[in-house]
Amino acid sequence: MKKEHTEDIESRLTGEDVKPAEQEVQEEKRSWFKRKRQGILTSTADKKEFPEGLWNKCPSCNHICTTQELKAALFVCPSCNYHHRIGSKEYFEILFDKNEYTPLFDEIKSKDQLGFTDLKNYQKRLDEIHAKTDLKDSMRVAVGKVHGQEIVVACMDFEFIGGSLGSVMGEKFSRAVDYCIQHKLPYMVISKSGGARMMESAFSLMQLAKTSGKLAQLSDAKLPYISMLTDPTFGGISASFGMLGDLNIAEPGALIGFAGPRVIKEATKKDLPPGFQKSEFLLEHGFLDFIVDRKQLKEKIAQLVTLFQH
Amino acid sequence: MPQYPNRQFLEFEQPIKELYEQIEATKKLAEKNPKVDYSNTIQQLYASIDEKRKEITTSLSPWQRVQLSRHPDRPYTLKYIDKMCTNFIELHGDRNVKDDKAMVGGFAMMDGETVMIIGQQKGINTKARQLRNFGMANPEGYRKALRLMKLAEKFNKAVISLIDTPGAFPGLEAEERGQGEAIARNIYEMIRLKVPVICCIIGEGASGGAFGIGVGDRTLMMENTWYTVISPESCSSILWRSWDKKEVAAEQLKLTATDMKGFGLVDEIVYEPDGGAHWDYDDAALRLKKSILQALHEVKDVDPLERVNQRIEKYGKMGFWEEVPANSLV
Ligand SMILES: [Zn+2]
Repeated sequence: MKKEHTEDIESRLTGEDVKPAEQEVQEEKRSWFKRKRQGILTSTADKKEFPEGLWNKCPSCNHICTTQELKAALFVCPSCNYHHRIGSKEYFEILFDKNEYTPLFDEIKSKDQLGFTDLKNYQKRLDEIHAKTDLKDSMRVAVGKVHGQEIVVACMDFEFIGGSLGSVMGEKFSRAVDYCIQHKLPYMVISKSGGARMMESAFSLMQLAKTSGKLAQLSDAKLPYISMLTDPTFGGISASFGMLGDLNIAEPGALIGFAGPRVIKEATKKDLPPGFQKSEFLLEHGFLDFIVDRKQLKEKIAQLVTLFQH
Repeated sequence: MPQYPNRQFLEFEQPIKELYEQIEATKKLAEKNPKVDYSNTIQQLYASIDEKRKEITTSLSPWQRVQLSRHPDRPYTLKYIDKMCTNFIELHGDRNVKDDKAMVGGFAMMDGETVMIIGQQKGINTKARQLRNFGMANPEGYRKALRLMKLAEKFNKAVISLIDTPGAFPGLEAEERGQGEAIARNIYEMIRLKVPVICCIIGEGASGGAFGIGVGDRTLMMENTWYTVISPESCSSILWRSWDKKEVAAEQLKLTATDMKGFGLVDEIVYEPDGGAHWDYDDAALRLKKSILQALHEVKDVDPLERVNQRIEKYGKMGFWEEVPANSLV
């Protein structure tokens, strides 16, 4: 049985991580069996990491499979086609031939220019995340070949402060466009973000114009820009380059919107209709060119690049 | 602007209210005792009001600045248009869905030249606030604004954008009609608009809802306004997980005109009449008009393609990061 639940996407923008993935999955496994005995099945929030050899439960249909099985299925539920959230590492592996690619602009790192302190200081938060993960920020850029055709892919990592858009993402995005223009390459951006990074305040907001300006240059160079939206894509991303693709495409079932579901519920005091802000809803309302299953993604991108180039 | 007793007072404006009450009391006293001359006392009280107005705006916290930007007596877009321009003809509709009353615009004459002036509009009373949706535009509002900007481009008229919104409307229909896409499209089209664009924060500059009409050659920010990526209240609720930290959030966000000018994210601060724009609409509009004309003068002679390049470059420089040698990262 499929369940609708309103996820608090904004909470991921705090940069406060949920418990370490391993612990969470094991706890989850235990609690799942416990709950099953009690006859109460609720999905949980583990959508982000997949430790080897562990069991994973599909948040949509509760199907249980091993991480290896899930990985072989490109992190798509074998039972209900639910697309688990994955990061740049997985997308690069899915897209690039033999998983060979050159990372670009990895040397750019976020810093706390404003001395922003919420429950924790921003610099401290960054340092802690940097110590914990290999990720330097919420977006990675790489150039490589998709079925033999070269393409630049910029991909967000939701686990880095909710994939938030700040100065570093704006700068990497810009340099990626410059690289495309210089080498006459198509540009693909895979979005997965809660929105702008609040700890960089108005600087985050200005990235909307910064990236749009670069897209104008890419457009003048007549190079294709494919924007792929994945679960979830909100706020500053959908209010800028996320929606500005020559082609806007999305994964099935992805939540995509400007305001998050929780915010809309609070503002309108209305229940959200089933399927609201899902990619199928956006396709129906005319904002997507098509929805692409992860298993067909590489094929489709290669096909598109061919069509653009011939 | 409203006169006492119809004026509304914020908490930190209470001392001024008390002075007005003293004036009223003194006037009544004067009526009762026609033989005593109270004119001096009354004059002194008015002078004290002027003093207090000056005093208040020099020592405001960021949160108080936010409150002032939302002052119910503050002049809104149509008021500024009325005071700064002649021959204003309001134009309606996005030619697609409807006419969004939260966004207004039209041709007008400013200092002898035709401009396209657009902006979010808040309501001046309860009924009007509903009609204007509290200055929160739907996608059709942004698309109307874009239609007007493209019209200005076609006829080579400058665009003046007056920004005052608590945010783009977070509604079901707004999402259905593509709120994100509408704002994205505006930002994209504004950065490559061939005519001069002057943006002015006249009240609340809340995030994408503000920026959707906020990309231009020059950005002016009035003294008692705020401009950043999220409202202090929402920021407090998300990052502090409590609605009670809005004052701290306002501080941390560095959202005042002084901060924004310091960051180089806005070009000029437009100082307001003592106590805020709501104390003197004529003076506030005159100051804004002067700054707009100066900004227009600075950018009007640039070649259109060069103008677009300069804009892309200007926003391209915004941001902060550090670059570490690739080999030091493992
Ligand atoms: Zn499933």
